Amino acid sequence: MEIKVLGPGCRNCEKLEADAKQAVKEAGADSTVTKVTDMAEIMRYGVLSTPGLVINGKVKSYGRLPSVKEIRAWIEDEKG
Amino acid sequence: MIKEFADWLTYNIFEMQEGTHIADAVNFFVYDTIKIFLMLTVIIFAVSVIRSFFPPEKVKKILANKAEFAGNIMAALLGIVTPFCSCSAVPVFIGFLEAGVPLGVTLTFLIASPMINEVALVLLWGLFGAKIALLYIGTGMFVAILGGFILGRIPAVEGMVEDYVWEIRMGEVVLPELTWRDRIDQAKLHTQDILKRVSLYVLIGIGVGALIHGYAPVDFVAKYAGRDNPLAVPLAVLIAIPLYSNAAGTIPIVQALMAKGMPLGTVLAFMMAITAISFPEMVILRKVLKVKLLAIFAAILTIAIIAVGYLFNAII
Repeated sequence: MEIKVLGPGCRNCEKLEADAKQAVKEAGADSTVTKVTDMAEIMRYGVLSTPGLVINGKVKSYGRLPSVKEIRAWIEDEKG
Repeated sequence: MIKEFADWLTYNIFEMQEGTHIADAVNFFVYDTIKIFLMLTVIIFAVSVIRSFFPPEKVKKILANKAEFAGNIMAALLGIVTPFCSCSAVPVFIGFLEAGVPLGVTLTFLIASPMINEVALVLLWGLFGAKIALLYIGTGMFVAILGGFILGRIPAVEGMVEDYVWEIRMGEVVLPELTWRDRIDQAKLHTQDILKRVSLYVLIGIGVGALIHGYAPVDFVAKYAGRDNPLAVPLAVLIAIPLYSNAAGTIPIVQALMAKGMPLGTVLAFMMAITAISFPEMVILRKVLKVKLLAIFAAILTIAIIAVGYLFNAII
């Protein structure tokens, strides 16, 4: 499973990256969390307000910090 | 009720003598701290809920293809309620242009957003009264509307935006509408976050105010930066440009300057310059604006803010 954190590197982006990793661990999922800092790529997802969270190519949230619990639920959804 | 609590704490618990300077200062500090933190909590929470209805992804659609001027006014209003931290300035700028929002309207939004916000409103209201708070918001909007409008009128201004900006194509993002539960949870988080970030500044601000309240001020600033010195406004603005802070951070300084006799217009100009024109902000905007446009942007803002300062010094 591919998880991406969209953001140029502000504090909230770092927090979201850490939370996403935590959620992956809790869910026991086999996935990588990568950070996307390139503006053109962030915008291809249609996201203006960072941080954004993308799981398997689908934008799950933007402009806010979802809770670890929320992220975990999305991961488990994707796992099916 | 807050007043009674502050009195009880000062005179009964701390056993201070009513009417002394130190008792006055402590009483004022306790009262103002409780009052302002209550106001901040309620207002930030309410604005956060309102904000959840206006993410930039939605705002750009509202502003797309709006006529200039009407568009500038709407952009300034939306700038107040739209969440956006300085690290989102670049994507917001590109995204707005890509959606067809006129350049001048986009710039109005970028000027208004950091300068006018609910934290500034509450602090000014709580510490200096409604009149000053409303004046700050009103003139801030005026500067943003006028600045963006003039910038949009520069001939061939589009060429002064970095070329890559025009090449970026945005995807479309569709998320399920947030539920009220989401909005309220989000607003709670946001309120905690903001309070954590500003509380130190606010406490210092109230502390400065309390000291001034308890101990009579010396008119040090008034002598050098008072009404009689015509250079005080431009000087205050020039000093403010390299300083960078959010609206909350400027409050302690503003408190002190006003109490020491700096006239209102000079203080407003100083505060606006700190929040709207700053080096970090310019570095971020340099990523999307060519040097020439950035220089014009800074110059127009500086002139507009200085004008506001003179205007208020003249009429109040």
